[in-house]
Amino acid sequence: MMIRESDWGHYLEVAAAWLLAFIWAAPLLYATWAAFHPMDFVSRFDLLSPLTLDNFQSAWNVAPFARYFLNTFMLVCMTLTGQIVLCTLAAYAFARFEFPGKETAFILVLVQIMIMPDVLIVQNYLTTSKLGLVDTILGIGLPYIGSAFGIFLLRQAFKQVPRELEDAARVEGAGWFSILLKVYVPLARPTYLAYGLVSVSYHWNNFLWPVIITNSTHTRPLTVGLSIFGAPESGVNFSVISAGTLLAVSPLLLAFLLFQRQFVQSFMRSGIK
Amino acid sequence: MRLSHKTSRWVYAWLLLLPASVLMVTFTHYPIVGGIFSSFFSTPRQGRPSRFVGLDNYAYMANDPVFWQVLKNNFVYAFGTIPVSVCLALLMAVWVNGKLPGRAVVRTAYFTPTILPMIAVANIWLFFYTPQIGILDNICGLFGIHSHSWLGDPSTALGCLMVLAIWKDAGFFMIFFLAALQGISPELEEAALIEGAGRWYFFRRVTLPLLMPTTLFVLVNSTINSFKLVDHIFILTKGGPDNASSLLLYYIYEVAFGFWDTAYASTLTVVLLLILGALAVTQFKYIEKRVHYQ
Amino acid sequence: MKHGVIKALIWLALAVCVLGGTAVQAEVELNMYYPVAVGGPITKVIDDMIAEFEKANPDIKVKAVYAGNYDDTRVKALAALKASQPVQLSVLFSIDVFELMDQDVLVPFDEVATSPEDKQWLSGFYPALMENSKAKGKIWGVPFQRSTIVMYHNKDAFKEAGLDPSKPPATWEEMVTMSQKLVKKDAAGNVTRWGVQIPSTGYAYWMFQALCIQNGQVLMDQDGKKTNLDHVDVVGALQFWRDLAVKHKVMPEGTVDWGTLRQKFLEGATAIMWHTTGNLTAVRDGAKFDFGVSMLPASKRRGSPTGGGNFYIFKKTTPAERTAALKFIKFMTASELSARWSIATGYVATSQAAYDTATLKKYVAGFPAAAVARDQFPYSVAEFSVHENARVKKLLDDAIQSALTGGKPPKDALTGAQQQAERVLKDYR
Repeated sequence: MMIRESDWGHYLEVAAAWLLAFIWAAPLLYATWAAFHPMDFVSRFDLLSPLTLDNFQSAWNVAPFARYFLNTFMLVCMTLTGQIVLCTLAAYAFARFEFPGKETAFILVLVQIMIMPDVLIVQNYLTTSKLGLVDTILGIGLPYIGSAFGIFLLRQAFKQVPRELEDAARVEGAGWFSILLKVYVPLARPTYLAYGLVSVSYHWNNFLWPVIITNSTHTRPLTVGLSIFGAPESGVNFSVISAGTLLAVSPLLLAFLLFQRQFVQSFMRSGIK
Repeated sequence: MRLSHKTSRWVYAWLLLLPASVLMVTFTHYPIVGGIFSSFFSTPRQGRPSRFVGLDNYAYMANDPVFWQVLKNNFVYAFGTIPVSVCLALLMAVWVNGKLPGRAVVRTAYFTPTILPMIAVANIWLFFYTPQIGILDNICGLFGIHSHSWLGDPSTALGCLMVLAIWKDAGFFMIFFLAALQGISPELEEAALIEGAGRWYFFRRVTLPLLMPTTLFVLVNSTINSFKLVDHIFILTKGGPDNASSLLLYYIYEVAFGFWDTAYASTLTVVLLLILGALAVTQFKYIEKRVHYQ
Repeated sequence: MKHGVIKALIWLALAVCVLGGTAVQAEVELNMYYPVAVGGPITKVIDDMIAEFEKANPDIKVKAVYAGNYDDTRVKALAALKASQPVQLSVLFSIDVFELMDQDVLVPFDEVATSPEDKQWLSGFYPALMENSKAKGKIWGVPFQRSTIVMYHNKDAFKEAGLDPSKPPATWEEMVTMSQKLVKKDAAGNVTRWGVQIPSTGYAYWMFQALCIQNGQVLMDQDGKKTNLDHVDVVGALQFWRDLAVKHKVMPEGTVDWGTLRQKFLEGATAIMWHTTGNLTAVRDGAKFDFGVSMLPASKRRGSPTGGGNFYIFKKTTPAERTAALKFIKFMTASELSARWSIATGYVATSQAAYDTATLKKYVAGFPAAAVARDQFPYSVAEFSVHENARVKKLLDDAIQSALTGGKPPKDALTGAQQQAERVLKDYR
């Protein structure tokens, strides 16, 4: 009797878990359905309805997606490179150097973890404009390159490196820079991977700042392009919007599906402070 | 010699910090201070240069019904989405952590919304919500519910945004709970079950307390998120109808770049900073406490 | 300021070098933004027209950037100008004229179009379309993608409801009574087809202005310094709009989305819609039923505001760029191209000369709906345009939406909007 009852509970739970999974997957599945069928079948789920690739073709023709991809790609690469270099240096200073003002400096870094450049759009726009960086890819990425989050994560990772390794390297005559490169960076590899994945997905998806700072096709990242392309004013029908949306998310989605474990672990690692 | 070695370490350290700190100061600390500063000045317009106006912008804000509306919306939005998505996240984590057939697929389904751009998913959800021809109305039609202008009705527009936010965030929070659950040794549960404790009892008395730090972390982060992520508003409602679905940051965007009233936008930003600051203090207090207990 | 001067000098020096280097055939590059607010492959049409211009004028390059709807485009153009990026001209809302003047970014056409031939070209546009272009005695904008609101009706639905498909409603009362017959419900009582829908997102103030004109009020003064949003007839117009949903039950409650309404009309979800004539070609291409287009119905009178976008030339331009920009604008608005633009989109052709071309004459003969918006000119009024237009327009939009969604009674909503508009506009008097 007891067993049967708990069995029932178990089945119920499994069903609920699956139902929730279905609901969570539904929007994406639905967009896929819409993208591969003519507009007439968008809200008619007939398994025999004809498949088509026309929607992708018209999406590709309506908006310069190739250019948007390139822009996003350049943005993400530039931002990540900058972040890694700058955060490594700063994190090293925080992890292994004693200097006056360290406490204050670290608190100032922590401020940015709470108040990110995302909310400071008004002043940052004025600054970027003074620097002459409006409508440049550098202008989109620059506010994020000095990343408190990156400094914080790498500092934690560097601190866990045993002092003895550093001392051994020093005995062999290595300077601080080669110690950083040969001892610390390799040992912090998982943190770099985690931070990299989080940063790439963040900037691939970021919208508010890019929409403010970009003015032309030559700089618009995918998200901004997608928002203009998908605006109902443009009168593009839903099948084509779905196709465009899938195009825009596919690289990241594919990467995620292939390297799911790394993604999930990276997000986990970067969240636990 | 010793001293000079020490000084040179200082110089090194500051040189290492320099590039990152220049950028951080330029794009975080300077704008915070600059924003507060410019909230006491008027917006320069043609023939009327910027001048000191004291608290005029704040007085304008206090009399601006839209400001109060978006502030209220933002709190409704935060308190409506966060508890639901955190509970769902916990539920998801427990399921995915247990013996579930097809666990990997279920976990993928839960987590996928997290890595998609808000703009892209808003495009999809827009069509769900479209009256008459949208999916939601079609589904409701099956149950005999009348067609409804989901995004066009002030009583449902914000709710529509909230549902989307819950859908997007729950999977993200799930992984933090999952990490915490994986840290709890399975022997502990086995032992408890042998002792005759029910699963629910064990969950309530052992698992849940162990998850408290994670829960708090997730709570603070989701609150911050609810004040800084407004992408979906651009696609779904543009803040309408009648500001019913506008949030503080979206209103700042509108004032700054729609009306080019940078002074007033800075004033609104100060409020946003105060809110985020309060959250920051909460989190630091909490971190202190945890350090204290350990 | 100093910085700007130095920058300008450097550019000037560079420009002189380049000009000197390449001798006579200097290439001018023009950058412009333009909006799209209607369906159909508009960006493609514009690209093709530009390609044609470049072919005819190899010394001028035009880079046109599609920047979203009208509001987005104004934001982008102003942002670019403020950041000193090269943008010499744009297609922006005709009603942004005061705001653009206040930002001091425009050069009036009177200073650019100076030859007798230019002047003749300027005088060739329909006067109705020039009303939003004139301020302080000068011409600031040239009509391009212009429209009036027209009424589309589904003739099949009319037949089905026992109405004469060739006689769309001519008055508010007729619109109500006909719409009541046009509403269709399924067995469960759900409405499957509404009688009429007037969009109330995106450009709510515009639709509302049409109702107000029909009810005898224009909403603002000529100088864009005063509004009369709390006038009794204005309140009456909003009450009527609200009543369509609540009292007469011929329109869905809540707001009606501007962007998706065309699709709803095409799917038969509404029998009548009010929309811009700019959507005409998209409706024609998408309709699987016979449809008609007519002028908006009358209350005290007929009427519609004009609408849409004008060409503007910006102040921060070299003489060579201004000349090139003018050449380009003249090309884009010349009768033959204007005619083709009208056919491709549904926007009105901006001059009588365009309607006199063989191309457009033939088109209108075969498809009379194409001339309805133009024929409405005698009843039309300038579109709502005041100082700080974006802000005041939003106040009005919010008031309309709050009344339509039942948040506030029309009178309260409009009185509140009027008070706030006063607060903004009093600085300009």
